[in-house]
Amino acid sequence: MTVGIVGYGAHLPRHRIKVEEIAKVWGADAPSYKKGLELREKSVPAPDQDVITLAVEAARNALARAQIGAQEIGAVYVGSESHPYAVKPTGTVVAEAIGAVPNCHCADFEFACKAGSEAMFVCTGLVKSGYIKYGLAIGADTSQGAPGDALEYSASAGAAAYIMGSENLVATIDLQHSFMTDTPDFWRREYQHYPQHAGRYTGEPAYFKHTLGASKALLEKSGMKPADFDFAVFHQPNGKFPMRVGKMLGFKREQLETGWLVPLLGNTYSGASPLGLTAILDIAKPGNKIFMCSYGSGSGSDAFILTVTDRIREAQDRAVKTRKLLDENKIYLEYGEYAKFRKKILKAE
Amino acid sequence: MSSPRSWRHYPQRYRYEAAVCTKCGKVHFPPRLICDACKGREFTTKTMARTGKILTHTIVRVGPSNFADQSPFAVAVVEMDDGPRITCQVADWNQGQLTIGQKVRLEFRKIYDEGASGIINYGYKAVPI
Amino acid sequence: MRDVAIIGVGMKKCGELWEKSLRDLYVESALDAIDDAGVDHIDSMYVGCMSGGLFAGQEHIGALMADYLGQTPVPATRVESACASGGAALRAGFLEVASGMSDIVLVGGVEKMTDVSGDEATYALATASDQEWEAFNGITFPGLYAMMAVAHMHKYGTTSEMLASVAVKNHANGSKNPLAQFPMKITVEDVLSSVMVADPLHILDCSPITDGGAALILCPADQAKKLAKKAGVKILGCGMASDTIAYHSRGDLTTLGAVVKAAGLAYKMSGKGPKEIQVCEVHDCFTIAEIIVSEDLGFFEKGKGGAAVKGGETAIGGKIPINTSGGLKSKGHPVGATGVAQAVEIVKQLRGECGDRQVKGARVGMTQNMGGTGASAVVHIMEVM
Ligand SMILES: [Zn+2]
Repeated sequence: MTVGIVGYGAHLPRHRIKVEEIAKVWGADAPSYKKGLELREKSVPAPDQDVITLAVEAARNALARAQIGAQEIGAVYVGSESHPYAVKPTGTVVAEAIGAVPNCHCADFEFACKAGSEAMFVCTGLVKSGYIKYGLAIGADTSQGAPGDALEYSASAGAAAYIMGSENLVATIDLQHSFMTDTPDFWRREYQHYPQHAGRYTGEPAYFKHTLGASKALLEKSGMKPADFDFAVFHQPNGKFPMRVGKMLGFKREQLETGWLVPLLGNTYSGASPLGLTAILDIAKPGNKIFMCSYGSGSGSDAFILTVTDRIREAQDRAVKTRKLLDENKIYLEYGEYAKFRKKILKAE
Repeated sequence: MSSPRSWRHYPQRYRYEAAVCTKCGKVHFPPRLICDACKGREFTTKTMARTGKILTHTIVRVGPSNFADQSPFAVAVVEMDDGPRITCQVADWNQGQLTIGQKVRLEFRKIYDEGASGIINYGYKAVPI
Repeated sequence: MRDVAIIGVGMKKCGELWEKSLRDLYVESALDAIDDAGVDHIDSMYVGCMSGGLFAGQEHIGALMADYLGQTPVPATRVESACASGGAALRAGFLEVASGMSDIVLVGGVEKMTDVSGDEATYALATASDQEWEAFNGITFPGLYAMMAVAHMHKYGTTSEMLASVAVKNHANGSKNPLAQFPMKITVEDVLSSVMVADPLHILDCSPITDGGAALILCPADQAKKLAKKAGVKILGCGMASDTIAYHSRGDLTTLGAVVKAAGLAYKMSGKGPKEIQVCEVHDCFTIAEIIVSEDLGFFEKGKGGAAVKGGETAIGGKIPINTSGGLKSKGHPVGATGVAQAVEIVKQLRGECGDRQVKGARVGMTQNMGGTGASAVVHIMEVM
């Protein structure tokens, strides 16, 4: 059975903060962040936005492109590391809001930044097995970096939603492969606001080992080489890592740029590579081959090979495009407003 | 607000479900048991359009206790494209967009929570388009 | 139905009355009204109160007040129609006397608002809107009336200066009323430079948070001379109407339909028209409300209310003096008491007891009280006997 994407959608907050604005407060060297990490600005969720609200809007866009009834969706999986409730699913709210209740399987996923691709992986498998007709997979986050920490320059917010199915596909998922080990590079304990990370250990033995591991295994399984692809997208915790891993594998900058949103978006964690894929699908043509590889600390990577189908043409304009969300209607925040938005400072009771 | 009280309005606050009077066609949001136009008592359910325009507006600078940490915030009366009118907050507006006639789309947003340990109430806010 | 007269009034100075409780406020004004009338008993009593529950944690206010007024076992009923509770209580008392059920009826209104914080008071007041479809989204009363102001400004060219003129006039009147909470005179500049509460309404466009009570004694008109010490004031017309609870559901966002309807009923019952009203107390919870109400009562053409107040037509000595007491704006707005307090002022005007703020020769007066954004409206027309 051929399985793949029936509809996809993105949603981003309109608010942004520039790297300079954060650096100014902490006396940090903005040009070095901009150059070293290739970050210029990041999205910031408004106080009334959270993973649930971003996920609902992305799911509505995916439904608009899928042109199916929400009642046909048999599974709703939301991957995030910033679910609004510690106990009570994000997915039930999303399913209720889009009208997918009640005959539907629902679960929240967490695997640092790869919870979104995990949801895609599982939905694809369930469709292929015949258990469900359509599955909704969402990667969404409103991540926080501790004030002054390097993560504060990148941790941002956004959501990408995919409806997986076996008919009327906009892209087929030809192969998928998962690669994971226990690698303690980044974590957040219960009741803690901000994550901790292991500095440079997050690079070589963590991000690169797993993205390379998943990608090489999948390329080998498929018998394809980087030059066979029109686009590739990797998890993008900063601007530098995805470009570097892409080049290490033999991808060229032109293949990587379309899905490389991080310089203007920041790291949307579970939304990151899935959002990059939405930007690729927005401009892809039938027959295009796409390579995608996520990464989640802890650690693991999910890699996918997709082929764009004819139906992409009619689906692309049925909902807002990701670059439009990224580039238009931006509202810039000063650090004080940002600190209030992110509840780093609280109004007195 | 207790969670059942919030839950009972999910069809409207989450999905914009309106009731269309079978007799006269008036679209009611929220649904009613009797049509205020023709006294009809039979309705069909319809998903209300998500887009509309601002009829009047304000910026609330002193909010009620459950919204105190959100103030100031913009509020408008919005006429939806298929007729019903609602009162809701206006989010993410830029200078010049809080005006009569401004086109808006409803987005799913947090309305308020019952403190740090309570339920989160979600609903709609209007965002200029 | 029997004709009904007001034969006694009672009211103390409004304000932040820290040492007085909910029951004190009601009982002291009720005692004043009983003394003013000179009656030795009452047959029944009403209490207009919007939210004893949220402001004072007290419900079952009818019995409470009967108890502390020393009037048990008379029937005692609390009436609630948000800020129109007082007006609705007067209507209930009027009907009880008119029906022949009772002869001497006490109608009081009360609100104790300062035992809660400002945002709790804002929350309590917002319960007069639609909790599920308005207040759920954060809207406040200043916000709802601000939206009315924006709509009126857009449609009719009403200006912030016109709104401010309402406050300026009412404070000028209030400066002559010893019972006023805020008797200071203010200028248009004061209003426009005061802090914004809900654009375009500044704090000086808003009525205050007030503790207060007011009371009236009603009896059959044909017994007024026998029972009362002072001239009776006959209730010629009584109109009440309702409208959609949510402001957004009104066909015209610049008109208060229930006010138009209630006024129509009162005019019809009294046989009087707007031109025969010589003094009027209106529900100026916000400056825009007075402008819209002055149009909806028929004093001015729709859209001309702002220019009329700015031109002095509603000042004492103008075409139709409005809110000689200072209105809710200067006299204060103890919400459940307001409708009764308005009647206290009109009775005093018609009895010629208003001193510096007296409208000379006034014989026919009107009160207009409303709840929420005008979902309840009560209008009374009175004439001195
Ligand atoms: Zn009907």
